[in-house]
Amino acid sequence: MRTKRIKGIKFGLLSPTEIRRMSAAKIITADTYGEDGFPIEMGLVNQRIGVIDPGLRCKTCGGRMGECPGHFGHIELAAPVIHVGYAKLIYRMLSATCRKCGRVLLEEKEKKRFLAEIERQKEKQADVGDVVKQVFKEAVKNAVCMYCGEHQKVIKYDKPTTYIEIDEEEKKRRLMPTDVRERLERIPDEDIALFGMDPKSARPEWMVLTVLPVPPVTARPSITLESGQRSEDDLTHKLVDIIRINQRFMENRDAGAPQLIIEDLWELLQYHVSTYFNNEIPGLPPARHRSGRPLKTMEQRLKGKEGRFRGSLSGKRVNFSARTVISPDPDIDIDEVGVPEEIAKELTITVNVTERNLESMRETVRRGKRHPGANYVRRADGKKVKITEINYGMLADELDIGWKVERHLRDGDIVLFNRQPSLHRVSIMAHRVRVMPGKTFRLNPTVCPPYNADYDGDEMNLHVLQTEEARAEARILMAVERNIISPRFGRPIIGGIHDYITGLFLLTWGEKKFEREEVLALLRKIDIDDLGKPAEAPYWTGKQIFSMILPKGLNLQFRGRINDVIIREGELISGVIDEAAIGSFKGIIIDRIFRQYGEKAAKKFINDASRLAINYILHAGFSFGISDEDIPKEGEEQIREEAVREAEHKVEELIRAYEAEELEALPGRTLEETLELLIMQELGRARDEAGDIAERYLGIENAAVLMAKSGARGSMLNLTQMAACVGQQSVRGERIRRGYQGRTLPHFKSGDLSADAHGFVRASFKDGLSPTEYFFHAVGGREALVDTAVRTSQSGYFQRRLINALQDLEVKNDGTVRETRDTIVQFKYGEDSVDPSKGEYGKVVDIDEIIREATGAEVGA
Amino acid sequence: MKKGKILEHELVPKHEIMEESEVKELLDTYKIKKEQIPKIKISDAVIKEIKAEVGDVVKITRQSRIAGKYISYRLVTE
Ligand SMILES: [Mg+2]
Ligand SMILES: [Zn+2]
Ligand SMILES: [Zn+2]
Repeated sequence: MRTKRIKGIKFGLLSPTEIRRMSAAKIITADTYGEDGFPIEMGLVNQRIGVIDPGLRCKTCGGRMGECPGHFGHIELAAPVIHVGYAKLIYRMLSATCRKCGRVLLEEKEKKRFLAEIERQKEKQADVGDVVKQVFKEAVKNAVCMYCGEHQKVIKYDKPTTYIEIDEEEKKRRLMPTDVRERLERIPDEDIALFGMDPKSARPEWMVLTVLPVPPVTARPSITLESGQRSEDDLTHKLVDIIRINQRFMENRDAGAPQLIIEDLWELLQYHVSTYFNNEIPGLPPARHRSGRPLKTMEQRLKGKEGRFRGSLSGKRVNFSARTVISPDPDIDIDEVGVPEEIAKELTITVNVTERNLESMRETVRRGKRHPGANYVRRADGKKVKITEINYGMLADELDIGWKVERHLRDGDIVLFNRQPSLHRVSIMAHRVRVMPGKTFRLNPTVCPPYNADYDGDEMNLHVLQTEEARAEARILMAVERNIISPRFGRPIIGGIHDYITGLFLLTWGEKKFEREEVLALLRKIDIDDLGKPAEAPYWTGKQIFSMILPKGLNLQFRGRINDVIIREGELISGVIDEAAIGSFKGIIIDRIFRQYGEKAAKKFINDASRLAINYILHAGFSFGISDEDIPKEGEEQIREEAVREAEHKVEELIRAYEAEELEALPGRTLEETLELLIMQELGRARDEAGDIAERYLGIENAAVLMAKSGARGSMLNLTQMAACVGQQSVRGERIRRGYQGRTLPHFKSGDLSADAHGFVRASFKDGLSPTEYFFHAVGGREALVDTAVRTSQSGYFQRRLINALQDLEVKNDGTVRETRDTIVQFKYGEDSVDPSKGEYGKVVDIDEIIREATGAEVGA
Repeated sequence: MKKGKILEHELVPKHEIMEESEVKELLDTYKIKKEQIPKIKISDAVIKEIKAEVGDVVKITRQSRIAGKYISYRLVTE
């Protein structure tokens, strides 16, 4: 076949002549199938416009079902109708042209100017829309035709398809589609260019339909129901309506029916043709199926998420995939995924039988449908045979080199695991399969951050790779351990969360002592064969146990959230393990192990750390309840008196000073703004103080404090709000002011500026909020809710646009960034050629660390 | 801003029109044709100011937050 290159695409309108020319059959009857069960000639399911019945041949091209692509037919409309899609444009054209001679109502020299401008835009390949809009705008202004002297009348457009002409005496006359068409016909070719159209491919009168193309049956296939009854496509239903009305119209007109009846039928024809194109026109009741369901016509097929473009062309469905709810399992490796046996039995991998695997494949086939078995075999001649309860033994004996076996998914198979929205590359990673009982995918919680997953019902997708190349690529590029370090910020994105941090924090906090049995229990799931000497015989310390999972010879010193952490020769000398050490997004220890010992060591460390942490927290016990926010009486007193009342006094003082006009305005602020600012400051301080007092009474032994300080979950602010004082509620950074005139709620006096009246919540969540406090809290909370909703949708859209713009850029071997035409975008990638995941937090190298390694001396010490 | 002053503004990086020989060296270094260099419009304020012509290549030396100094090249077009 000769290949051809597409030079361009031209859009235009179908002319009646063209519709007739491309038609394979004129359709005149609304019936589809005759009593013999065969399609009726001249009918809507016509053997000349395509075949959907097996065994029949197309009368136009001779092709069988599947070979014949289908051919268009046509309906001769008894009277012209407006094409709804162009109704607005028709209105504008009618308004811009003379009602008598059809010329555009602009002076010759103005036309020249506009034409030149349109030409210029076209040359630039820019949009001519703005110029055309200008043409319409200028033309309607002229009330008298400069070519024939005709006085113009105002045209009113009555949605969706009615045009009314109004003269100076306010007399109205409806323009029927025939009138409209005649007028459009009168517009000369040379004036049409002013509308940005090419008269050769789009004459305006073609927007008023006289012939309707009928799409091939292949585009609207009927389905046979279980009862054997045929159910036609929605488009066919609509075409049936059109043909019926068309016939009635002709009969009535031929019989000389009164004008009123003709007009009604005309309107009905217009309605059916309009809804055939679009069944969601404002002002038109949608055409419905017998069951009451609105019909899916032309526009509905194309439009929207499930339409042809977004649903069928951009979005595709795949085989060899599974989806289910995820749940946690800290005992599987970070690069594993637990797959329910039910799913493993459904998903298959095709294995070529060779002399090396013949025996094991026989074994697999012999297991049949039982788990590590197989579903199908493909013989050497390509014939596919399903493995059943009856034939598995026979097939296993018969199995030979050159056959293929579609075996079940097994432990160790590599699969892709994904959670939507797939915003960055670590939203899809390669995991090793571990077949398990149950119905959920199991996932190590340390891998939640890259997927942004949690276990409140999240579902994830799994894809089984089908070729050796794909598996190799996934293993090399997409394996979980390959993606521990995020390319976004150069720090580990996989690491401890929640209880993992709490567990290791508890283990390494203070001087905890463990007996041999306890140590063995904690390290039960970790591969360690030497416990070393107990530091305080016969006891091992918590730090010592943690050190056992660190690589030998690791030297590291960093500032943790609580204190300085020192690791020397693989021993945790001092400091406590917290979020900064092993947490995701921070995790300095993980980061260092990854860079110094490689991805395998980093994976092992995270595996070990997650098991150790969970084992210890189970061993030690850790719980949190409402009584954890209990503060002793004197503490509550202190919060009430020292923090809150104090602040309220100061606020009152400020208000008094303001009212006495003693307050001085801050630079660049009005007096009112100054007052608000000072009050906000004062009340903000009140909450902080309340929090400080609460903190004094709640030590690190307190579960909530411990979680906040170690970075496991929650913050001191959360705790303050629970235990001491919720604090000032705000809308757009200001105290709450909206509501009634001069006050927020009818409970307050108009003009009341006090803390209470403007959203200061003095209670804590544990105390419970007063009704007005509760209301203010809801007001502030609503803003946060709306903000997140708006932000996510906006940032999602921006992300898509950015990805669209950047997706084809590539860093070449010479360090330049180029797009697909090899045009340079950047002469040096990122201006410094540094891959953020390989560099040291934005710098190319960490010089301090290199010196420290080489000389053993501390830099700057 | 007054004409002629924009080159002195601290946010305007240094633009230099390159010699024919320099351009050739640049094209050889990256094994590219002139058209593969990023473009800059002749109507660009700085291009007008330094009186570059269509087909000229300008060398732009920028202060970069990331790399300290970053050199880029642009082909002047219509
Ligand atoms: Mg969730
Ligand atoms: Zn055919
Ligand atoms: Zn006229």
